Amino acid sequence: MGSLQSGVAQGVLWGIMVLGVYITYKLLDIPDLTADGSFTLGGCVTTVAILAGIDPILATLMGLGAGFLAGAVTGILHTVFEIPAILAGILTQIGLWSVNLRIMGGKANNPLLKADSTISFFTDALGVTQSQASLLLGVLLVIAVILILYWFFGTEIGSALRATGDNEDMIRALGVNTGHTKLLALALSNALIGLSGAMVAQMQKYADINMGRGAIVIGLAAIVIGEVLLGRAKNFGVKLFSAILGSIVYFIIQALVLRFGMDANDMKLLSAIMVAVALAIPVAMRRYNTKKSYVEYDLYGAEAEQKTGGAEK
Amino acid sequence: MIELKHISKTFNKGTVNEKRALSNLNLTIADGDFITVIGGNGAGKSTMLNALAGVFPVDCGTITIDGVNVTMEPEHKRAKYIGRVFQDPMKGTCAGMQIEENLSLAKRRGKTRGLGWQLKAEERVLYREQLATLGLGLETRLSDKVGLLSGGQRQAVTLLMATLQKPKLLLLDEHTAALDPATAAKVLKLTCEIVEENKLTSLMVTHNMRDAIAIGNRLIMMDNGRIIYDVAGEEKKRLTVEDLLHKFEEASGTEFANDRMMLGN
Repeated sequence: MGSLQSGVAQGVLWGIMVLGVYITYKLLDIPDLTADGSFTLGGCVTTVAILAGIDPILATLMGLGAGFLAGAVTGILHTVFEIPAILAGILTQIGLWSVNLRIMGGKANNPLLKADSTISFFTDALGVTQSQASLLLGVLLVIAVILILYWFFGTEIGSALRATGDNEDMIRALGVNTGHTKLLALALSNALIGLSGAMVAQMQKYADINMGRGAIVIGLAAIVIGEVLLGRAKNFGVKLFSAILGSIVYFIIQALVLRFGMDANDMKLLSAIMVAVALAIPVAMRRYNTKKSYVEYDLYGAEAEQKTGGAEK
Repeated sequence: MIELKHISKTFNKGTVNEKRALSNLNLTIADGDFITVIGGNGAGKSTMLNALAGVFPVDCGTITIDGVNVTMEPEHKRAKYIGRVFQDPMKGTCAGMQIEENLSLAKRRGKTRGLGWQLKAEERVLYREQLATLGLGLETRLSDKVGLLSGGQRQAVTLLMATLQKPKLLLLDEHTAALDPATAAKVLKLTCEIVEENKLTSLMVTHNMRDAIAIGNRLIMMDNGRIIYDVAGEEKKRLTVEDLLHKFEEASGTEFANDRMMLGN
């Protein structure tokens, strides 16, 4: 049961990152590749800060703030200098690799060892295991983040941001600087991703230069899974929750396939295939249905009535 | 009063696709003017409207709205003066958002947006009243997604959105061209009612010469990025489609080669 429980805990903490990806990918239609770098950045900043003796809560907020800045860099590249969003994200991500190494003093790995963290506070106070404490703290954080996002996207600024993703020309004609809304969305998204990296690093008790590799794909996979499970939901809060649920299911699947003896290194391939298939299925279905429903005879003429025996009438 | 003084705009400067879209354009719009704009394809009608809206910066000249020079102001800053309805019904509304959300976004045109709640109960009452005036039964569908509406309904909602916050200038860029004739007539009737009721200063581009003559108090004809004919008042009312075709040939020296316009559909 242990690996499943830690899978759920991982799913919840990574779920904060999925919410970040949700903002850019689902609301703004930008697959933001900054994620891989800003997730690691959150972990690096927080572990280094904790080891420097900074209060773990403040250190975690610093991880969040660092993510915000990373997203702002992508946002400025994209909105001020009009670099295509995907390329802007890649540039920031690549740049962050060096920045992250610098932050960790040139080491690829930064262990927390016995240092206090936001999670060890719970393990000490409640006498629970590391994964139980992570799960508990993760659930509290996720509830808070979903409530804040639900509120924010109902405000005037939040609505302008959603409208930017829906119809940019329209909302600009209504007086919104869409450069600002996109910049804000990218910064907020990466703040959440940085927070998620900060929490995951505290859960696993180390930050690693590669901890965020493929984060964007995990985020997309989780969103896709969440949509399959709760796709019919109309309520925005439920939609946000579906991202978390997708993340939890993703990490449960990962825990299960690892238990069945799959090489952990193959998980990235599995995620990539999962996302590709999920995106490809609707297109393939449409093509298949168009072909299948085609008939040579006049569909609405007399011949059709004979064939169907006038059943349609 | 809105003034355009020697406005020029060339697209794709220095390339083989170079196109002078506006060429020393001068126009003074008095408060309350309802101007219809006609002209062949590529005459610069939409370009003039987009220059007014600030979609792109012009090469030279000045645009002033009530004495304020807005020439170099970007589109989103100028939005506080200008309401717009586009040709494409998809362009003026957010399909994935509710009717009331769209209206509330438009209610804040040109205003600072903060962290207050977007949908307010007292505003909802106003939206319901305003939607009822359209006569399309939309007042009972406030929380429906706009994507569920037909092109005509969306265009009517866009029209309402453009005027919810009274603009100094309403720009209508062939806003009925993508609709079927019956719906187009309905949207056009609504347009006239809304413009008259609010005494809005408006520019309406149309391909329909009969509409251009019948609607508004002033008509301008464009060709090659310039205004070649400007008529108002009684003289405009007496115009016929033949007069306009004749004027066009006289002023531009070419035949009016536009079937859509000849038919006056």
